[in-house]
Amino acid sequence: MNWQIPLMLAQSTDNLEELRKRTAAISLDGTTVPDSALVRDGTSNPFSTEYWFPTQASSFAAEVDFLYMAVFWISLVFFVAIVGVMIYFCIKYRRKGDVIAPQPSPSHNTAIEILWSVLPSILLVWIFYVGAESYFDMRIPREDAEEIHVTAKQFAWIFTYPDGDQTAELHLVRDRPAKLILQSEDVLHSFFVPAFRQKMDVVPGRYTYAYVNPTQSGQYRLSCNEYCGTGHSKMKTMCEVHDTVDDRKNNTKWIKADHQPWENGKRTYQIQCSGCHKVNGEKATGPALNLIWGIDEKLMTGQTVKVDEQYILDSIWEPAKDVVDGFGPVTKMNSFKGILNQNDVNDIIAYLKKLKEESPAQ
Amino acid sequence: MVDAVTRQKLFGTPEIHFLNCTKGWKSWAFTLDHKRIGIMYLIGVTIALFLAGIFALVLRSHLFKFDSKMLSDDMYNQMFTLHGAVMVFSFIIPSIPAALGNLVLPMMLGAKDVAFPRLNLASFYLWIIGTGCLLLAILSGRGLDTGWTFYTPYSIDTNTGVIYATFGAFVLGFSSIFTGLNFLVTVNTMRLKGQGWFKLPLFLWSLYATAIIQVLATPVLGITLLMLIAEKTMHIGIFDAKYGGDPVLFQHFFWFYSHPAVYIMILPAMGVISELISVYSQKRIFGYSFIAFSSVAIALLGFLVWGHHMFTSGQSQVVTLIFSAITFTVAIPSAVKVFNWLATLYKGSILLNTPMCYALSFIFLFGIGGLTGLFLGALSTDIHLHDTYFVVAHFHFVMVGGTLTALLGGLFHWWPKFFGRMYNDLLGRVGCFLVFSGFNLTFFPQFVMGSRGMPRRYASYDPEFLPFHQLSTIGAFVLGIGILISFIVLVYAAFKGPRCGSNPFRAASLEWQSSSPPDFHNFVHSPVLNDPYDFDSQVYDDELDTYISREFADPTKVPPRTEPVHH
Repeated sequence: MNWQIPLMLAQSTDNLEELRKRTAAISLDGTTVPDSALVRDGTSNPFSTEYWFPTQASSFAAEVDFLYMAVFWISLVFFVAIVGVMIYFCIKYRRKGDVIAPQPSPSHNTAIEILWSVLPSILLVWIFYVGAESYFDMRIPREDAEEIHVTAKQFAWIFTYPDGDQTAELHLVRDRPAKLILQSEDVLHSFFVPAFRQKMDVVPGRYTYAYVNPTQSGQYRLSCNEYCGTGHSKMKTMCEVHDTVDDRKNNTKWIKADHQPWENGKRTYQIQCSGCHKVNGEKATGPALNLIWGIDEKLMTGQTVKVDEQYILDSIWEPAKDVVDGFGPVTKMNSFKGILNQNDVNDIIAYLKKLKEESPAQ
Repeated sequence: MVDAVTRQKLFGTPEIHFLNCTKGWKSWAFTLDHKRIGIMYLIGVTIALFLAGIFALVLRSHLFKFDSKMLSDDMYNQMFTLHGAVMVFSFIIPSIPAALGNLVLPMMLGAKDVAFPRLNLASFYLWIIGTGCLLLAILSGRGLDTGWTFYTPYSIDTNTGVIYATFGAFVLGFSSIFTGLNFLVTVNTMRLKGQGWFKLPLFLWSLYATAIIQVLATPVLGITLLMLIAEKTMHIGIFDAKYGGDPVLFQHFFWFYSHPAVYIMILPAMGVISELISVYSQKRIFGYSFIAFSSVAIALLGFLVWGHHMFTSGQSQVVTLIFSAITFTVAIPSAVKVFNWLATLYKGSILLNTPMCYALSFIFLFGIGGLTGLFLGALSTDIHLHDTYFVVAHFHFVMVGGTLTALLGGLFHWWPKFFGRMYNDLLGRVGCFLVFSGFNLTFFPQFVMGSRGMPRRYASYDPEFLPFHQLSTIGAFVLGIGILISFIVLVYAAFKGPRCGSNPFRAASLEWQSSSPPDFHNFVHSPVLNDPYDFDSQVYDDELDTYISREFADPTKVPPRTEPVHH
């Protein structure tokens, strides 16, 4: 194996481009996907944020990097101290000649032991606190976030935008927050964009979401991060952040949808649901659907549940799980699992949102 | 008062000992002797290590070249799965407890054997059957491509040999439970008269804490794997969303075992290091009770943190927050141990021989492994680092830099005891140096790759990662050579090494009061109880050229005590 040549190749930027072209086929639209590992300036200094991280392209990336570097410095201080003391002792007290007995020294010291248990604890509490604080920044989407459905399947991604258009790469707009609603068609996947520092598993049978507010335009690597089978390492695409909404509209290769999702949802509703559920506010065999999106629904058990994606999916696939107050004690609805798939449910959700929007203010 | 003839009989190299008292393969295959079972376990886990190590080298060779075509994607997935499964289930989990623990534990108690010798042998046979089933996945021609974690629903969808492998892991779980149960009962009931809990060597505390985890956590793995097999064959609807199950539930069950299992791997290693640091500094271990209780604390807290493997899995945010908080509490007892080891070195009489070099490497590598855990325990950084090479590097620093290093250190420490022969210390240290440097070269670049976003379990990578992957591959081969050298040094010593006395290192725990190699019954006399860290209790005997207890030594030659006896 001649390893010097590729090592040298990797050092030169020209050759990097060439190597990248060899992986370009991975991208569905044929563009050369840039790598998230592209580091910012000052790559050779391992004490800088730039050395360890790709570009900061989201609103919370700097917070994550800050904590990382803080923990890095704390660890470095502790590590240097531990290893330094260890090496110093090993040199100073190494066994010389035939004298095997050590010098007298204490075998315990409760004060110092309590001290070195408690002092690091304080640092740990701080690390936990900062980590948790930025975690919530990463997890709580802004109210006005654009909702984009992300469907992961072996071994590709489909992104569906609010107007029903679809793409094979993710297209976002700078400073426009997006809530990515993740769903899987088969096995576990994970949505990961290193430049955003954001990651979330895509779980079959559930909706999960990832939130991002891109702050820098450009192209970033998007990859599947949870092992999903043979082609796992090919399940890569890119996320492009455009400067404006118009840029995105004009510069993207859209896969046009025939109808708006809510239109499909309405049709599905008329075929599958309208026998029992009304959309004029009247109670029938089942509750009326026109106003339920987003409210807190009261259940027969006395609990309330927020009407969100997961609730709608559960109600369609497992109607017995959450029975609405007044419709019990046994649900009269059969499961639609096998009849309606998750994409049909997405259309119905779009329709429910549309109904809610169009209803006169309550 | 003992005369020179008796001393020779007790501590001189015996003609007949446990290795040659009976001959023929049956005398090994049906032995109930804990030492022979320990040696058979050692041979077994060594084979598993080499097998899984070869898988690792194949993986690294594949990743050496950019856009490598050496392995197909499918072959690559199978390689990392088998590497992980064999390493975890057949090598690391049984390595220190079942191999070293079996050899040493009864002798540290002054006992003849473990409490249940037949159960002990059964444990070894279950290990063979379990490992055989794991490997049957390869021999069946289907392979195994789920990753060692068997995450659903992929493990249910795939047509590879998941059932063989999970059944193998299930059986290996019982092997582990048998060993744990045996050790618990042995330590509880078979201590030497007067040997209270605080007169036990710390290795026994850590093995005891490990045994608690083995007995409590492993059944959960067993039932989870059985349910996985049921889901795969009968679609009963627990783990696969297609049939009404929940994949996240599987992850909860799996990590409820597999996180404590991390402590099954590292706690015994910490126990070994406590022994080595103390013996080769010739100093009472610093803060005995803090180290002892930190083992128990780690064992118990280990049950409460499984959710930190699942921060991005879709579990609730509140739960995620709580798991992160509890995770940080585990850091404290681990740090306490490291500080205590350092304090033990202070003013010691430090001998830098092979086992001590491994012990010092352990502190270095475990230090990195432990500190990088902080990045992963904190929520926001974990979201970025989860399932990247950073995690791969982190757990290899703990599992290999920790457990494998401690195993090798422990083997070099106890090898003269069990084979009565000394190894070549210089070559041993060369091996240690190669293991240490090769290891760092392999895994340190992976921290950089992980932080920059290289996902784990990828058969290909982006060109920016090339130099790091190449360093990593070179390191892996250096590490492999280091392990091979250590192996050769040890095996050569077992057969051809120069004879050594019963206690060449002046250790004070009870196992060193037997001859080397020990008698079939461990001790031909009743061992004299002494404090395991009172090295002054051992005095040099020039006729035997080794250290023996004061009680057995020639009273005319015994030097006065240099330190007061602790009680």
